[in-house]
Amino acid sequence: MSLIDELGTYLGSANTRAQLWAALAEHGYLALLPILFGVVLAVGAGWLGQTWPQVRGTLAVVANLVYTIPSLALFVVIPGVIGTTILDSINVVVALSLYTAALLVRPMLDAIAAVPQAVTASATAMGYRPARRYFGVELPLAVPVLAAGVRVAAVSNISLVSVGALIGVGGLGRLFTDGFQREYYAPIVVGVVLTLLLALVVDLLLVLLRRVLTPWQRPAPTRRADEEVAA
Amino acid sequence: MIAETVAWFGDAANWSGPGGVPARVLEHVGYVALALAIALVIAVPFGLLVGHTGRGAVLLVGAGNIVRALPTLGVVTLFFLLLAESTPAAVVGLVVLAVPPVMAGTYAGVQSVDAHVVDAASGVGMRGMQRLWQVEVPIALPMVLGGVRNAVLQLVATAAVAAYVGLGGLGRYLMDGLAILDYAEVVAGAVLTAALAVVLDLLLAGLQRIVVPRGVRLAELTRSKGPA
Repeated sequence: MSLIDELGTYLGSANTRAQLWAALAEHGYLALLPILFGVVLAVGAGWLGQTWPQVRGTLAVVANLVYTIPSLALFVVIPGVIGTTILDSINVVVALSLYTAALLVRPMLDAIAAVPQAVTASATAMGYRPARRYFGVELPLAVPVLAAGVRVAAVSNISLVSVGALIGVGGLGRLFTDGFQREYYAPIVVGVVLTLLLALVVDLLLVLLRRVLTPWQRPAPTRRADEEVAA
Repeated sequence: MIAETVAWFGDAANWSGPGGVPARVLEHVGYVALALAIALVIAVPFGLLVGHTGRGAVLLVGAGNIVRALPTLGVVTLFFLLLAESTPAAVVGLVVLAVPPVMAGTYAGVQSVDAHVVDAASGVGMRGMQRLWQVEVPIALPMVLGGVRNAVLQLVATAAVAAYVGLGGLGRYLMDGLAILDYAEVVAGAVLTAALAVVLDLLLAGLQRIVVPRGVRLAELTRSKGPA
C-alpha cells in the first residue's frame, strides 16, 4: 500500500480525526502556556538585572546552563524536584517554561541595558519611579527584542513538546510513538506535518502581536509621502 | 530520590561492561561525533557558498527555521522505519537535525564579514578563493563554531531521545529506567546526559574563544579603547 493510500485510510476515519484535533489542541496548550510563564520570568529577571546590575552576569550564566540541559533529561528530573508524578503534564509545562525563560533572559537584559540614558533620565525627570519606569518605558522599548526571542521560543517549544510523548504527555508526539509501535507511517507523517503547520500559524500570530504592541515601529506611509514632497 | 541516585552512581555494577557509564558515554559521544562530522561535510560548503555569493540566503534561512520546528522524535521514528530499522537510520535522523544550525552559523559568519575588509582584500589583489579562505573564513570561524555549538546541543539531546528506537548511549538509562520504573536510573541518566551537554558546550566555547584571529581581536581592542 502506498503512503498516499495509507494516509487516505488513516485520515478517512472520523475517530482518527477527532483524536488528531484533541492532540493538536493539547500540543498547542503544552507549547504556548509555557511562553506566558517564561515571559513573566524573563520580565522579572530583567527587573532584577535593572535594579541590581551586579546579578546580570549570574542570571546570564544560569540561563545559559538551563538552555544546555537536554529536554528529555529535564522532563524526567522535574517530577523528582517538584513532587509531581512522572506522567503529569505539569512536568512538560514547567520544563518548557524554564527553556523559554532561559532563552529570553539574555536578550532581555541586553535590551533593557540598551535603552538610551536620555530616555530613562527623561522618564525620571517626569517623575517616574523605578518600577513604573521599568514597566512603562524600558519594558515597552524592549518589546521588539523580546518578540524576536518569543518567536524562537514558541517554535522550539512546539518542536520539544513531542519529546514529552516518551513520558506519556506529548500532544502530537503520541502519533510518533503510536506509529513507531505499529510500524505505521501515516500517524508519523501526519504528526510531523501538523507540528510544522502549528509552528507556522503561531509564528504568524506572534508577528501580528508584535506589530500591535509596537505602534511606533510601524511605517507611516502618508507622513513619509508628505516628507518626500517637502524634500 | 537524591540518596537513591547517589547509590546508583556508587554501585560498581553500573560502571563496567557494555551497559556501564564509561561505555554509554563513549557511545553517546560517538553518535554525536559521527552525526556532526557528516553534518559538517554537508553544511559548511553550502554555508560558505551562500555566504560568499549571497545567493540563496532566503532559502537557507527559511529552511533553518522550518527545521527548528521539526519534532525530533518524529524525525527519528520516521527515518528509523524508512531505513530498515537500523542504527544508521537513527544517525541519519540526527544528521538532518544538525545540518541547519551549522549551515546557519557558517552563512551568518561569512555574511557578517565587514564589506570594507572584503573590498580591501580584493584591492590588494586577492582572488575569490583566496579572499574566501584567507579573509572570510578566519573572520567567520567564531560564528561557524557558534553554529556547531548549537548543533552539538541538539545532537546530545536528540541522541538521548533516539534511545526510544533502540539507539545506545545515555538515553538507554532514561528509557530502560522508565520502562521498569527505576527512578534512580532515570535520574542518573538525566544527570549524565545534562553533564555531557554542559561539558561539550564548555569545550566548544573555549575553542570558539581561541580561534578568533589575532587581527580581529586587535581591531576590537582599538575600537573599544580608541577615541570616541
